[in-house]
Amino acid sequence: MAITVSRPKLTWKERIYLPAILGGMAITFRHFKNMLLGRTKVTMQYPEEKWDSHLPDHYRGAPALVRDVSGRIRCVACQLCEFICPPRAIKIVPGELPSDDKFVKVEKYPNEFDIDMIRCIYCGMCEEVCPEQAIYLRKDYAITGFTREDMVHDKEKLLEIGGVMEGVVLKWNEQK
Amino acid sequence: MPYFLILTSLMKIIGVIFLIILPMVSYSVYAERRVSALIQDRLGPNRVGPAGLFQPVADTLKFLLKEDFTPAGVNKFYYWLAPCLAMVPAIATIAVVPFGSSLFGVPMLIADINVGVLYVFAIASLGVYGIVIAGWSSNSKYPFLGGVRSTSQMISYELSLGLAVIPIFLLVGQLRLTSIVRYQIEHGWMLAPFIGDWTNPQKWLLAIPMLVSFCVFTVAIFAETNRLPFDLPEAETELVGGYHTEYGSMKFALFFLGEYAAMITGSAIIVTLFLGGWHLPVPSWNGGFHWALVDGSAPGWRGIAGGLFNIATFFAKVAVLLLIFIWVRWTLPRFRYDQLMRLGWVFFFEIALVNIFIAAIILAYYPV
Repeated sequence: MAITVSRPKLTWKERIYLPAILGGMAITFRHFKNMLLGRTKVTMQYPEEKWDSHLPDHYRGAPALVRDVSGRIRCVACQLCEFICPPRAIKIVPGELPSDDKFVKVEKYPNEFDIDMIRCIYCGMCEEVCPEQAIYLRKDYAITGFTREDMVHDKEKLLEIGGVMEGVVLKWNEQK
Repeated sequence: MPYFLILTSLMKIIGVIFLIILPMVSYSVYAERRVSALIQDRLGPNRVGPAGLFQPVADTLKFLLKEDFTPAGVNKFYYWLAPCLAMVPAIATIAVVPFGSSLFGVPMLIADINVGVLYVFAIASLGVYGIVIAGWSSNSKYPFLGGVRSTSQMISYELSLGLAVIPIFLLVGQLRLTSIVRYQIEHGWMLAPFIGDWTNPQKWLLAIPMLVSFCVFTVAIFAETNRLPFDLPEAETELVGGYHTEYGSMKFALFFLGEYAAMITGSAIIVTLFLGGWHLPVPSWNGGFHWALVDGSAPGWRGIAGGLFNIATFFAKVAVLLLIFIWVRWTLPRFRYDQLMRLGWVFFFEIALVNIFIAAIILAYYPV
């Protein structure tokens, strides 16, 4: 059965159309005026204004390696992060510490530590799994590069982002 | 003497086109983008130069450097001809518009011909050929539909465009645009009866048909220049890009420039016919309050300053109208095709006709 949809009966004012046009123009003019007077909140002007001060504490940015207060790379090359990493972005080549090293009882250190930032999904599992609290997700979010090779963060780059981490477990110190 | 005339005319042509119209076209594109952004709570182009003011330069460079691509299936001759046909009439129309009083004793218009408005209508209606030929020669469905729509739209609205200005000629008795401006200086602008001899009741009565004329004429200019709410020839949401879908680089830019040049010319004609042209009365106190006329006829630097002031006044009025064009575009939705035709043939045509009779009756009972 066909249903007849009744058209709304327009009043005389609606039919001559002009009040609606003027009303619409008043609305657009109000928006225009509020923008000119700076009353409307607009998008962040990105390269000049950065996200940095607006980021929440739990923000997960680029992963980075940290040193402890005595300058030692905290990573002991156990490769747990390499195994847990869902997109397999981490590649570690472990090395053995020489016997005259101050921290010889640590035994291993990362000879090479690469994170492919094209693959990284910023999930934070490496941070979660690390028994040495050596890898952290920092707040860096603008990771750019001109080539694929540029996008691979090597050990120096990761340490540069990470810096020194204080006030966490120091289990390889001489006191222990 | 002919040499002097030719030389000054050439200087005026070059000056008007390259120093006024083309910069105005590019900056009206910029204004369109900025104003539309502000209306929509955005910021618009603000990167190139201070507040994005060099954006037109960047756009021009981009258009010039793009590959000039010609699709395989097009009719080459007409495909190349169409952008020129879209641009030229828009610029040629400005020749008869008086854009200032005089500067160094030279009248500030390119050609003072006695059929002024007829020339404007004749040339401006050629603009449709650019669109139709573009639509047809592109050998593609969407441009073709855009071209067809454009033809019928322009024909429908040219009628009311022509009829809307007849009350003015009933009043002034001449088609020459300088005479119309001169009349408005002496008797007040067509739309503002309080300037000039405001105690004359005939003027106040005539302001009613003049207002109707102004509205019909302005709407018809909107339709002539394919601006929204009448932008059916290029309706992006229905016809991809309309008649210029198959165009790119500088050829597309010419269509774009043509559209904005037509807007400027249309505004210039509205200003000349209804808003007093280059005239702006300056209040002065000379033993009693009266409106002083500033123009380029005074001797020395006062004349030069007056002439420049008149030119600035004219283009300021044009700029205000352009802003209204932009404002309307970003407010109103597009008309459906049958609504457009109904509006043109059933409403504006009749309103313009009745308006002529009202103006004629007023003129018959209250002769000047």
